[in-house]
Amino acid sequence: MAEFTLPANSVVKPGKIWPAPEGATRTKNFKIYRFDPDSGANPRWDTFEIDLDDCAPMVLDALLKIKNEIDPTLTFRRSCREGICGSCSMNIGGTNTLACIKAIEDFDGDIVISPLPHMEVVKDLVPDLTHFYAQYASIKPWMQTETTPPQDRERLQSPEDRKKLDGLYECIMCASCSTSCPSYWWNGDRYLGPATLLQAQRWVVDSRDEATGERLDELEDPFKLYRCHTIMNCTNTCPKGLNPAKAISELKQKMVERR
Amino acid sequence: MSLMTPLKKARGLGSAKDGTHHWWVQRVTAIALVPLTLWVAFCVACMVGEPYAFVLSEFQSPFNIAMFVLFLFTAFYHASLGLQVVIEDYVHHEGLKIGALIGMKFAIVLTGFTAIFAVLRAAFGS
Repeated sequence: MAEFTLPANSVVKPGKIWPAPEGATRTKNFKIYRFDPDSGANPRWDTFEIDLDDCAPMVLDALLKIKNEIDPTLTFRRSCREGICGSCSMNIGGTNTLACIKAIEDFDGDIVISPLPHMEVVKDLVPDLTHFYAQYASIKPWMQTETTPPQDRERLQSPEDRKKLDGLYECIMCASCSTSCPSYWWNGDRYLGPATLLQAQRWVVDSRDEATGERLDELEDPFKLYRCHTIMNCTNTCPKGLNPAKAISELKQKMVERR
Repeated sequence: MSLMTPLKKARGLGSAKDGTHHWWVQRVTAIALVPLTLWVAFCVACMVGEPYAFVLSEFQSPFNIAMFVLFLFTAFYHASLGLQVVIEDYVHHEGLKIGALIGMKFAIVLTGFTAIFAVLRAAFGS
């Protein structure tokens, strides 16, 4: 059965409080999920009081400040710090988003940060995305053609056809959408999830790709595609402002169209 | 412990090449239920406070019989498709899932047919 409560060893306990430095006047509490698999202990909530007058504006800046100056054991992924690599996706204030493009001032009160929901946690804010990436690989996210490319140039695409990729190609596979989807929580082993399905649609609508039918064949499955119940969490949470729910509904339309 | 590669796990048993019919019929029955339900609600509202003979005569018009039977058939069919999805979503033990699906279908067929025969009996007499 689907599990609706946390197993005993996953219940999050109160953790350590790291007070702000003396003299700090403008402070903000960051309540952060901590889990160290090597310790054998339950996860805990640590609270870091941060002096905002000595911290850059984004949530990622605060995390880096904590790691650099307060607790170097805090573990999280980050790379580009400009919303293009998708590494720092996490649940901030109850919503999956990218820490690097989320401003601290967007939040009233304490900022609660936890890893992407319903994924196995490797450590602290780092979820295990192995299966998520494997699902992405399973849809063959590359161009498949039988026609050989022109000798002297790239494969051509009209501006109108190129426009069809807008709203799809921008996806950075941060997994915010998939891990916000209840259907992915309950059936993520078989349901591909919004991120992978948006990518599937990206290749289905690419005018240069010649494997459209085969791609749809692979997706036509009660679990791979049809576990999407149009809950729309994916679209609400996407930090890039994309609409995976629409991409999935367009895939479903094509399934009906080709019958 | 499993040494399966992540891709092997992600691909699973492959595509069932199915699901579109289920999804489409669920949508079509949902659309059909909008006018059917409105009609049934209106019809039942008209019967309130009326004598038994009037209610019985309502059930005897060919159009009303067709609408009631269509409503019941569509509603139970739609319910069966929806409950199937709910069971598939939340019951993950394979044996339990199959048992629940079969039990649900039997229950739907039994209650659906009982409801339809009740309308027919009212229409054509016992």
